Amino acid sequence: MNFLAGTWVGKWLVGLGRLAVMTRDAVASCLTFKASRRDLLYQIYFIGIKSQAVVLVTGAFTGMVLTAQTYFQFHKIKMDTATLAVVGVSMCDELGPVLTALMVAGRVGAAIAAEIGTMRVTEQIDALRTLATHPIDYLVVPRLLASMIALPLLTIESIVLGIGAGYVVGTQLLGIDPAYIYYNLLKHIGDIDVVFGLVKSFFYGGVIALIGCYKGMSCGMGAEGVGRATTEAVVYSSITILISNFFLTLVLQHLYLMMIS
Amino acid sequence: MIEVRKLTKSFGNQVILAGVDLRIESGESAVIIGRSGGGKSVLLKHLIGLLQPNAGDVFVDGERITRMNERQLLRVRRKFGMVFQGAALFDSMTVAENVAFGLRRHEHLTEAEIACRVAATLDLVDLPGTQKKKPAELSGGMRKRVGLARAIIYQPQFVLYDEPTTGLDPIVSDSIDQLIIRVRDQLNVTSVVVTHDMRSARRVGNHVFLLHDKKVYAHGTPAELFGSQDAVVRQFIDGVADAKEMPQFIEGVTEAKEIVL
Repeated sequence: MNFLAGTWVGKWLVGLGRLAVMTRDAVASCLTFKASRRDLLYQIYFIGIKSQAVVLVTGAFTGMVLTAQTYFQFHKIKMDTATLAVVGVSMCDELGPVLTALMVAGRVGAAIAAEIGTMRVTEQIDALRTLATHPIDYLVVPRLLASMIALPLLTIESIVLGIGAGYVVGTQLLGIDPAYIYYNLLKHIGDIDVVFGLVKSFFYGGVIALIGCYKGMSCGMGAEGVGRATTEAVVYSSITILISNFFLTLVLQHLYLMMIS
Repeated sequence: MIEVRKLTKSFGNQVILAGVDLRIESGESAVIIGRSGGGKSVLLKHLIGLLQPNAGDVFVDGERITRMNERQLLRVRRKFGMVFQGAALFDSMTVAENVAFGLRRHEHLTEAEIACRVAATLDLVDLPGTQKKKPAELSGGMRKRVGLARAIIYQPQFVLYDEPTTGLDPIVSDSIDQLIIRVRDQLNVTSVVVTHDMRSARRVGNHVFLLHDKKVYAHGTPAELFGSQDAVVRQFIDGVADAKEMPQFIEGVTEAKEIVL
C-alpha cells in the first residue's frame, strides 16, 4: 500500500483507520463504565436539552411545508385526505431522523470538534494524560453515550411536532377533514416506521459524536487547525449521515422483510 | 529513577533527538537546558510517555515504559506530575476543580477532604483563596502556580516542569524557582526542569544536562557546567549568538560529543 502514502486516498484511509481504532477504544471503555455519570449528564444536557429549539423549529416547519406540497399535488387527483399519511411516513422514516441529525451535527458536532481541538492545541489533552486520565474515557465516551441517548429523543420530538404542525396546516389552512386525516395517518404509519427512525437516529448520534471527537483530537496546531477541524467535523458527519441513510434504509427494510416472512 | 537509553525521535524527516542517554536518580533535581527547538520538551514528554520514540527506551523505576500502551501508561503516570509551559489548565473549570482533578478521578475522598487538600496545596503554591476563580482571570505566573498545585496534589514521585519561567518577568520567575525548590524539599520529589533560563537552571538544579545537536552534549553539577570552558557550553551559558565573538573561545567543535564534567 506504499504507493498510496502521501496521496489523498492514503491519508483518507489512514484517517478512517484511526477513527476505527478510536471507535473500538470508545466502545471498550463504554462496556467497562469508565465514564463519570456527572460528565454524561452534562453532555446529555448540552446535546439534548440545548438542541431542542433548533430541532423543534426544523421539525415543525418541515412537517408544515411537506403537508402543503403534498396537498398541492394530491389535490389534483382528489387524494387530499391521504396527505398526512405521506407526511407521517416521511417524517418517521426519513425526514425526522435525518434532518434532526443534520441540525445536531451542525450545532453539536462543531462544538465537540472545536472544544476538543482547542484542548489539544493548548495541551489540555496532554495534561489529562499526565493526570492518569485516558482522553477516550473522559472526552469521547460521555459525548458518545449522550449523543446516542439524546438523538433518538430529539428525533421523536421532531417527528411529533412535524406531524402535529402538518395536521394543523392540513385542517386549519388547507381545509382537509380532520377525521379522514387522522384515519389515514393511523392506517399508513406502522410501529416499524417509528422503530426505523429511532434505529437510524441512534446510529447518527454515534456518527456525530465520533466524527466530532476524532476531528477534535486529530486537529492541526493553531487557530487554523481548530477552524478546519470544526468545518470538517460538520461536513464529514453530514455526508456520512446522508450516505449511510440510504444503506441503512435498505438494510433495515431487508431485515424487516426477513422477520415478517 | 528515570533512565533514557539511545532515545531517537523524528517528526517526518526532521530528526529531533538522535541517541539521547541520561539518568536521573531519585531525589535529584535535574535541569535540561538547550536551545529553543532543540528537543528539550520532546525529551521531557518521552519521560512520561506522552510521546513514543522511534528508537531507544525510557525506564521509570526500572520499568520500560516505551513498550506500553496508553492504558498501561496511566498506571505509571500516577507517579508523575507535570507542569506545562502554558499551564494547560482546564479552562471550563475553576481553580479548585482544576487542582482537585487528579484526586476526584483516582482517590475516593469526601468533598470536605478534597476541599481541605485543595486549600492546603494552594497555600503551598502561595495562592490561598483562589478556589473559585477561572483560569482566564489569572495572570501567567498564577496559572503556572495552579498548574503546579494540580500536579503535586496527589504527591507524585516525579514532577516535570516544561519551561516553568518562560514568558514571566524576573521577579515572578524567581518566585517560581523558589516554589520549585520548596516543592522539591517539602514533598521530597524528583524534579526534572526543562528551561533555557540559565539563572533558573543554576538555582533549582543539582544535575544539569545540556542538550545540543540532538544529544546530551554535557552534564554535571551546576558549578561544573557553569565553570566549563568548552566552546559549545560557554556559548550557551553566556548567550552569545556567534561563537567566534566569545573571548574564551578555545577551538571549534564540529561534532557533538558527550562531556562528563
